[in-house]
Amino acid sequence: MMTDAGLHALIALLLPAFSFLVLAVVAPLRRLGRPAAWFSILCAGGSFGAAVLAWNHGGPDALRLVWPWLPSDGKTLADVGVLVDPTSTIMLCLVSLVALLVQVYSLRYLHDEPKRALGRYYTYQSLFAFSMMGLTLAPNLLQLFMCWELVGLCSYLLIGFWYQRPAAARAAVKAFWITKAGDVGLLIGIVLLWRQSGTFDLTELHSLAASGALPLAGLSVITFCIYLGAMGKSAQFPLHVWLPDAMEGPTPVSALIHAATMVTAGVYLLVRTEWLFALTPDVLLVVAWIGAFTALLAAVLACVQDDIKRVLAYSTVSQLGYMMTAIGAGAAAAGFFHLLTHGLFKALLFLGAGSVIHAVGSNDLPRMGGLARRMPQTAIVFIIGTLSLAGIPLFGGYLSKEEILGAVWAGGLPGPFAMLMLVAFLTAFYMFRVVFLAFFGAPASMAAVAHATAHGTTPATPPRVAHAALRHETVAEAAHVNEPPHAHEPPATMLLPLWTLAIMTMAVGIYFTFSHVEAEAAPPAWLTPGAVGVALAGLLLAWLTYQKHAIDAGSLAAMFGPIRSAAIAKFWIDDLFEAIYEYALLGFSRIVGWIDRYLVDGVLNVMSAWTLVLGDDLRGIQTGRAQDYVYGVAVGILALVLLMRLVFA
Amino acid sequence: MGLQAYLLLSAVVFCIGLFGVTTRRNTIGILLGIELMMNAVNINLVAFARFTGNAAGMVFTVFTICITVTEAAIGLALVILLFRVRRTVMADHLDLLKG
Repeated sequence: MMTDAGLHALIALLLPAFSFLVLAVVAPLRRLGRPAAWFSILCAGGSFGAAVLAWNHGGPDALRLVWPWLPSDGKTLADVGVLVDPTSTIMLCLVSLVALLVQVYSLRYLHDEPKRALGRYYTYQSLFAFSMMGLTLAPNLLQLFMCWELVGLCSYLLIGFWYQRPAAARAAVKAFWITKAGDVGLLIGIVLLWRQSGTFDLTELHSLAASGALPLAGLSVITFCIYLGAMGKSAQFPLHVWLPDAMEGPTPVSALIHAATMVTAGVYLLVRTEWLFALTPDVLLVVAWIGAFTALLAAVLACVQDDIKRVLAYSTVSQLGYMMTAIGAGAAAAGFFHLLTHGLFKALLFLGAGSVIHAVGSNDLPRMGGLARRMPQTAIVFIIGTLSLAGIPLFGGYLSKEEILGAVWAGGLPGPFAMLMLVAFLTAFYMFRVVFLAFFGAPASMAAVAHATAHGTTPATPPRVAHAALRHETVAEAAHVNEPPHAHEPPATMLLPLWTLAIMTMAVGIYFTFSHVEAEAAPPAWLTPGAVGVALAGLLLAWLTYQKHAIDAGSLAAMFGPIRSAAIAKFWIDDLFEAIYEYALLGFSRIVGWIDRYLVDGVLNVMSAWTLVLGDDLRGIQTGRAQDYVYGVAVGILALVLLMRLVFA
Repeated sequence: MGLQAYLLLSAVVFCIGLFGVTTRRNTIGILLGIELMMNAVNINLVAFARFTGNAAGMVFTVFTICITVTEAAIGLALVILLFRVRRTVMADHLDLLKG
């Protein structure tokens, strides 16, 4: 039943909205903390169920369930509702699944939070789930843009969840502003597209584009503007700088928003408007090159990070670059497939990292080590996620990654292809670096523990996800973080989401390996061994360096000295933005300020001074004596009479 | 004698009254000046009534005289009150409205 699918999608969309409204309005419930959380989880669960039903019942055709929204000139400018097709329903499933699992996981992860903060957290979570699903199901670009801004708002609110910490507050503002810079482009693109075509509706736009009725002149500008929005949201170079800082938020938030769903909204937007971009191949080329460059840049950056969450954040940026490259090569389906698998295994990795952080009380890799013995289940699921991300066969990420590589090769883009191959190598290297440093080897943190206890740190601080220093030396100095000496396996409410995601990652990988549909362009025969080979090479290098210590990490670093120091400085991109801000923006503001202070205000000050002087002079004639006024009246009447006589006669 | 002679007389009386009103320091003198200006108007009215043969002007004059009397009474009463409060009737001392 087709309408069923629409109805189910609508239920999936409205349940989190209901949860948000209840939690937002009924303050006593919100302040209770855990009951509010359970309510939100219940709604998220219902939403996930409805999403699965919608996906199950949805046919291959698009189904629109819309109501008139913006009236203009007796017509409707835009509708509001849901657009149900295979792409949106599968995305809906991913969003609602990860939202549900993250909410369950957070219940334990944030158990030290005050009740009010917990209620606030779940209110934001519900709002986010609603906004993201609204974005996913949007039948037109206006609703999409509205939800796009809403998820941006939720991202801001949740990054700044620990707003008492200056770093978190700064990161929240940074994320908000940088994505906003892209959003302006998106808005301009949407309005320009409306001017060109007269509609916001995706279905109508699609048929216009398919029939060739859409004028091509100026379309490149429009698609580029839309791509700008995607660039900000999906952290493409040079607007990627906000995502690593966004790790200041709680780890489940990073898993949901900054790995699985919101950051992929940009990719999703491009997948949704793929037919539009197909009309502008030059923009697609830009998308592909920037995507590949972003992937490479972020992969290099990930290799030098010592903060487990930052490694994952850069890896997310890198994988988003992968998806963008696929779209740029004209293979939106491959990009979307990677979006879905990435959503699963990256959420898994983040949640796994979260349980490590929860147990160790620190983000810093040098303070971990040997955790596989103390928390074996976490180690297993984390390794599953890592294998999937590295693109090892039978795991979720393998097929989607290879499909992208094949599509990029088939798309005739050898440059981006080579970059992506290098990224595949680096991905395996930096992820297994994390695995070996955190889960294997000697518990390197023992020394640090002794150090910390010697300094008399107090226990029972909440999971600290603070800004980590980038160099080992400073990390050792920053040993004031609480570290329980006996890290242990997290409780079931945290393990359950982890295992769910791990099993799904495996299931997707195995299912698609054996029922693999042939891609349109058959990849060359050497691609599979090549892709797997570079991944294994990365794994091997990480193993030799960090496990066997056959290669000294220090001399390896020395080999890439200049690149390493550049990467530690984040390639000066943040500094570049800072310099632009400092010199261009502040300089311009100073000029404007000078003009305002001295020219604009000056003119007004002179005028008011004149008025004051004139008034001062004129008050002399107000003598207060009645006779003088009578005299004035008499002279005035005389003057009027003379005027009438002499001039107007 | 024509109408103009009366009008001229009226103008002269009016100007004398106005001069008195604007220059006299004593408030009672100002009141007197006002009376003169009123009577200049009366002369005008009577002269026009006489030369146009319309009696309405004369009737108006009677009214004006009545009102002038009451006005003078009120004015004098005000002056007396003023004197009680301020101990002066000199107009140039009464400058409370000075800006």
